[in-house]
Amino acid sequence: MMNSERAEVIRAKNLSVRYSDAAIWHGANFTVNKGEFVAILGPNGAGKTTLFRLLLGLMTPTEGSLEIFGEKPRRGNPRIGYVPQRHTIDGELRIEALELVRLGLSGNRFGIGSWSTKRREKERAMDALRSVAAENLAHAPLGVLSGGELQRVFLAEALVSDPEILLLDEPLSNLDIRYETSMVRLIHDVAESRNATVLLIAHNVNPLLSALDSVIYLANGNVAVGSPRDVMTSKSLTDLYGAPIEVLRDSRGRLAVIGAEDSPHHHHAEDTPGHHHHE
Amino acid sequence: MSNLIVISQIEIIWQYDFMRHALEAGTIVAIVAGVVGYFVVIRRSSFAAHALSHAGFAGAAGAVLLGLSPIIGLLAFTMGGGLLMAALGKKAEGRDVQVGTVLSFMLGLGVLFISLYKGYATEAYSLLFGEILGISQNSVIITLVAGIVILIALAIIYRPLLFSSLDEDVAEAKGLPVYTIGIIFMLLIAIATSIAVQIVGVLLIFALMVTPAAIAERLARTPAQGITISIAIALLATWSGLILAFYIPYPVSFFITSIVFVLYGATRLFGGRRPAARRNGAG
Repeated sequence: MMNSERAEVIRAKNLSVRYSDAAIWHGANFTVNKGEFVAILGPNGAGKTTLFRLLLGLMTPTEGSLEIFGEKPRRGNPRIGYVPQRHTIDGELRIEALELVRLGLSGNRFGIGSWSTKRREKERAMDALRSVAAENLAHAPLGVLSGGELQRVFLAEALVSDPEILLLDEPLSNLDIRYETSMVRLIHDVAESRNATVLLIAHNVNPLLSALDSVIYLANGNVAVGSPRDVMTSKSLTDLYGAPIEVLRDSRGRLAVIGAEDSPHHHHAEDTPGHHHHE
Repeated sequence: MSNLIVISQIEIIWQYDFMRHALEAGTIVAIVAGVVGYFVVIRRSSFAAHALSHAGFAGAAGAVLLGLSPIIGLLAFTMGGGLLMAALGKKAEGRDVQVGTVLSFMLGLGVLFISLYKGYATEAYSLLFGEILGISQNSVIITLVAGIVILIALAIIYRPLLFSSLDEDVAEAKGLPVYTIGIIFMLLIAIATSIAVQIVGVLLIFALMVTPAAIAERLARTPAQGITISIAIALLATWSGLILAFYIPYPVSFFITSIVFVLYGATRLFGGRRPAARRNGAG
C-alpha cells in the first residue's frame, strides 16, 4: 500500500470553476506533495473554500481536472479530515466534546452501534483528543468551550479517523491573536507526527510563516503557487491582483500586504463571528 | 401498607377500559416523544414540530369533515407539511419564516374545516387539547404500530442523524446524505406528532415533544443519557397526569403540562448550572 503511494497528493490541471457569472478559479495548475504544510490565502470570495469543496467531492470543476491521491475527488473519502469554518457553536449545547469526536469516527455508520465498538471508539476519540492536548476537555460541554478549545476539539474530530490530509478552513479565525502561533504549532506538530498533509485557509500569513512549506494565493480568479518567499512578494501579488500591491517585511520577518482591495491582514482582533461568509 | 393500597388502586384503574387504553397509548407516545423530542431539541427544530402539529389540526379537521378517522388526516397533513418544509429550506437554520408561513396557512385551513363541519365543537376541542381518555382499542393499535415504525427508523439512522444534527458540514463531507436524513427525520416528527396529538392535542404538543427533551438536554452530557432522561420525564408526566385525573376531575392535559412545566422550572433553577458564556471569544 505504502510503496504504491505517490509523493504527490493533490494535482490540479487547468482547474477552472465558474459560478453563474464569475470565474472563481481560472486555469490553475499546482501540485501538493505528501507531508506539506500549505496555506491558502486570498481575499474574501476568492474561492478558498471552493477548493475544499472540490477536494471533498461536494462540487465539480467547470473545466480542467483535480486529483487527490491520484483519483477524482469523491464524497466521503476517509483519507480526508475536514474542519469547516464555523462561526459559532450553540452556547446551550451540553453534549460533551468526546461525543462529537466519536462521531468523526462512526457518525457516518448506520445503526446504533454495539457496546464493544462504543468502548473502542471512546478510546480512539480520547487518543485523538490527547494528540491535540485536549484530553482535559473530553467531558466538557461543547457549548462552554472557548474558540481555541473548540478548534482543538474539531481538529481531534478530524484526526480520529486517521486521515492522510487535513483540510482546515480558517482554524485561526476565532482565536485570540496570542493563541494563533501556538495553534499553528500544534497543527504542524500533529500533522508531522502522522506524516499528514495540511491545507489551511487563513486570512493572515504571519502566524503561519514558521510552519509553511508553500502558499496557494488566490485573487481575481488567478492563482500563484510556491514557497512563501516566492509568492509573498510585491511583484508576484501585483501580477496576481492586476493592481499595485506592496509587500512589506518587518524586522522579525512578518509581512504586511498593502493595497489588496480587501486587505484582511490586520483586523483580526475585531473579527466577529458571522462577519464573513463561505466563499 | 401503602404499597398494597397503591397496587389495589392500580387494579381499580386497570378495570376501566378507557384508563387502560389511555395508559397504553400514553406510554407508547411518551417513549416516542421522548426520543424524537431529543433530536428535535438538538436540531433546534422545535418550531417545526409545533407547526407540524398545527398542520395535523387542519388534516384532522378535514378528515372529520369527510367522515374519516382523524388519525388519517393527521398523518396525511403532518407528513405533507413536513415534506413541504424540508423542501422550502435546505439548511436547518433559517427556517423560521418558511415554517411560520406554512403554520398559519394550516391553521387557517383548520378553521375553515371546523366551520364547515356541522357536528359538535367537542371534536375541535379534543383535537386542540387532546382527549386521551377517549382513545379506542383501535387507536392504541395504530399508535403501537406507528411507535414501532418510528423507533426502528430512528435506530437505523441514529448515528447519521446525530452527526448531521450536531455537525452538518462535516457529516456532509463524510458522505452522509444530510438533506435526505433531514427529510426522513421530518417525516418521523410528523408521525410522532400525529400520535401525540391524541394525548395532549395540537396546542400542547410542546409538553410531550419538546419540554422533556429540553430538560434532558440540560442535564445530560451524552445523547444516550439525554434520550433516557427525556423518555423518563415524558413517561412520568403522562402516568402521573392520568392517575391524578382519575381522582381529580380536571383535564389530563392540564396535569401533564403542569408536571412538565414544574420540572422544567426546577431544572432551570437548580439543575442547569450555566457556566459563564465564555465561548468563541478569547482562546
